[in-house]
Amino acid sequence: MSDSRTRIMGRLKAALDQRHNPTVRFSGADQRMKFPPLGLIPKRGQAEGPARIVMFVDEAEYGHAQVVRLGDLGQVPAAAAKICQEAGAGSLKIAPHPDFQGLDWSGRDVEFGIGHGDDTAGLSRAFAGVAETGTLVLRSGADSPTTLNFLPDVHLVVIFAHEIKASYEAVWAMLRAQAPVGGPVLPRTVNWITGPSRTADIEQTILLGAHGPRKLMILLIDETA
Amino acid sequence: MTQTPVTPPSTSASPRVGLFVTCLVDLMRPSVGFAALRLLERAGAQVVVPENQTCCGQPAYNSGDFKSARAIARDVIEAFGAFDSVVAPSGSCAGMIRVHYPKLFADDPQWRARAEDLAARTLELTQYLANHLNLNDVSATLNATATYHDSCSSKREMGVSDEPRKLLATVDGLELKELADAETCCGFGGLFSIKFPDVSGAIADKKAEMIEDTHAELLVGADLGCLMNLSGKLKRRGQDGRPGVRVYHIAEVLAGMTDAPGVGDGEGETS
Amino acid sequence: MSQKPPACNDFQLGAKKALDNKRLQAQLARTIKEGFQYKRRKGMSRLPEYDALRDRARDIKNHTLDHLDAYLERFEDEVVKAGGHVHWAETPQDARDIILDICIAADAKTVTKGKSMISEEIALNDHLAANGIQPIETDLGEYIIQLRDEPPSHIIAPAFHISKEQVADTFREHHTHLKADRDLREPTDLLIEARGELRQKFLNADVGITGANILIAETGTALIVTNEGNGDLTQSLPPIHIAVTSIEKVVPTLEDATTLLRLLARTATGQEMTVYTTFFTGAKRGDELDGPREFHIVLLDNKRSAMLGGPFHDVLRCIRCGACMNHCPVYACTSGHAYGWVYPGPIGSVLNPQLLGIAQAHVLPNASTLCGRCEEVCPVHIPLPDLLRTWRARAFNAGKPGGLQRLGLKMWAWLARRPLSYRLMVRFKMSLLRLLVGKRGRFTWFIGAGGWTKSRDLPAPQAATKHGGTFMDRYQRGER
Repeated sequence: MSDSRTRIMGRLKAALDQRHNPTVRFSGADQRMKFPPLGLIPKRGQAEGPARIVMFVDEAEYGHAQVVRLGDLGQVPAAAAKICQEAGAGSLKIAPHPDFQGLDWSGRDVEFGIGHGDDTAGLSRAFAGVAETGTLVLRSGADSPTTLNFLPDVHLVVIFAHEIKASYEAVWAMLRAQAPVGGPVLPRTVNWITGPSRTADIEQTILLGAHGPRKLMILLIDETA
Repeated sequence: MTQTPVTPPSTSASPRVGLFVTCLVDLMRPSVGFAALRLLERAGAQVVVPENQTCCGQPAYNSGDFKSARAIARDVIEAFGAFDSVVAPSGSCAGMIRVHYPKLFADDPQWRARAEDLAARTLELTQYLANHLNLNDVSATLNATATYHDSCSSKREMGVSDEPRKLLATVDGLELKELADAETCCGFGGLFSIKFPDVSGAIADKKAEMIEDTHAELLVGADLGCLMNLSGKLKRRGQDGRPGVRVYHIAEVLAGMTDAPGVGDGEGETS
Repeated sequence: MSQKPPACNDFQLGAKKALDNKRLQAQLARTIKEGFQYKRRKGMSRLPEYDALRDRARDIKNHTLDHLDAYLERFEDEVVKAGGHVHWAETPQDARDIILDICIAADAKTVTKGKSMISEEIALNDHLAANGIQPIETDLGEYIIQLRDEPPSHIIAPAFHISKEQVADTFREHHTHLKADRDLREPTDLLIEARGELRQKFLNADVGITGANILIAETGTALIVTNEGNGDLTQSLPPIHIAVTSIEKVVPTLEDATTLLRLLARTATGQEMTVYTTFFTGAKRGDELDGPREFHIVLLDNKRSAMLGGPFHDVLRCIRCGACMNHCPVYACTSGHAYGWVYPGPIGSVLNPQLLGIAQAHVLPNASTLCGRCEEVCPVHIPLPDLLRTWRARAFNAGKPGGLQRLGLKMWAWLARRPLSYRLMVRFKMSLLRLLVGKRGRFTWFIGAGGWTKSRDLPAPQAATKHGGTFMDRYQRGER
């Protein structure tokens, strides 16, 4: 236990003990973390059914992402090839996700792996989506390398319609449910991605593709459509 | 700056009102005080002007001299103890009493209670006229275009917004044009205008430009400090061959007292 | 950038310089009024629950501060559980030393940096550079001002005061390996160049240092919000990631963080959410193919614990959105450099005296009209004008202002308490003034009013005109 820590905590304790009983204070904090209050979820975060998908697409486009609708996973290789060609991207780096490994990539210029500095296009698999703001949620893992979300010039993300949740809170519930017993609740990284990389640092002009991807292409698979 | 809840309108047929003149009105423009007096009496209030009043204590308070501010506040609390309402032709002085007097006595339960009591009874002139006396016609005529300046304290401390406009709408012949960027300060800020003249002047320039852009003949407001600041700035910017903007306190407009020179105008000047 | 000593008390000089700079004034008008103010209003209009969420955010922050030690303890436990290291730093010096030690142990040559106001507060870059380690700012705005050796002028848009022509000049000056006659006229050209320059730096960095906007106690998570993705490249590419932050950034749960996030980007830039909101917890997990193998978080105190429970307690709620400075009439004239240190605008005027000591920053709390717009827009309801007055009271009790100003204030207060003397004195003064006023309505110059009359006329007191007398005199004489 470092001296700094002791002194800092000591000062905090001294200030707070004056306001209330430390036992009550610590158990109050415990309670909140054990039973996290849901908080105020805006109406926009409560969309159901087809309205939820519409909201997701509208908000994603408001944030300058582009949405391509597909009928099933099998259509991904062709759609990805078309996107790469239109964007002038060379090869496609694909996250080593079982959903992708099972697809037919024959004749296509692809490689499975993590992100590299010269990647022109990358394909990732979303964990979930949030309709409220058209946000994609990606989590780090062996099948989902974080670097692939940021290094390529064009970022393609596959998401199923049923994976789109109404609010962020619904996604936290999913992540908590999947947490390993006794282990950290969250994976090393959870990325909320809302549109392609941008900056306004030069005379407040919005420019896309600052350091991250210049284009964000959401491949939305809606099997019911 | 939280607003304390406005007390319900007086049920008395002729409420007893203590007029808090304010030091700026007292020294710089007494006509505002007489206008306020007339308006309140015409609208049915019994107005008393306590002798023992000078200043609300804002200069001391905003300079960090809380001790002097408290001393002055105690005098004001004593002098204005006996009225149904205390009315000031100034959002900033009303705000000082209503919002800040209770804070000054946070650690003194006895004076805090007295401050809160006074605070609850203190109002800015236009809100008192419109909401408490339910004044809905001032019987004044003024054929002119005007624009209105909301002072920061009126807006944020006293919650005034519709009231001056509702009252001005009853002046025959007066056309009101709204100022753009009404949320932004005029740059007065009391002693700030003297301590930070460059910045204060620059802020006032921006507000003056908005005023000129309305092409209104009159500038009307409820805080004399702001009006002095803006009048001074408008005059300094010059007329460019146009007739200059005449500046009046809203009490003067509502009481039909706009034949006299405006703020900053000399005898016989029509700007 | 080489950190200059604080110059908060030179505010007026800095303000004058800014006011005389026509280009800066045009930039301010565009960035502030047409930019940030308009965007925030638009962002708010898209979320009807905005005001209700502000109240929730304030309550979450208040609750957290009331239980701060408990939440920090849990945060630390969770970070360690996830394989990370937690370091506690009482002072800026402690924080610098901790970070330097980690970098030296890693034999670091270059360090990439995501935007972090805390790293400015502790003057980290100079310390690393002095010890042979090159810090490279990667946020485009920070990169530009690092090259120009300038401080940030805004906490969200640090380089907004710089024109695209100036950026082009700076790039030509520093990117000497590129073709001298290349076209850098358009913002896109500049962006492409910066992206190219920094890409290799991201990939080669030995250590990545970011800040953390919010800490989550429940899960031992820290998060950053960016639009560029530079923070993410900084924290996922190098083998070591250090997050430097301050102790009041913690909130209890994921849901609490979410409430704040619904407000943060919206209030700052009008966006629904920043492009990248990244939650990181500990170091690379066993099966992952990328990510840092070591994660360190440095928790800085630097006076926060002293503020807790004291008169400046409320300022600990700040989520660093920048709304206060975006709506301040003074900031809109002077921009950030005039404030002389890391934090500008209303929040800076309250924080800088605390972090530097009032002697180094006593001018700032006075540089305000107390208009209250900052408090009105603050997403967590910090009573900034009251806090500015609290600083003024402290300064007053310590003898500032002194001299004639103090004398004048004391005299006014003395007279204000003695109505009879007050009226005598005023009557006397007005009778003198009557000679000067005559029929005039105003003065273009007046003794003692140099400040006022420099840029505007001074209306003459009606009490000194032929109508004779103050309101109280005339009223007492029977006039109605």
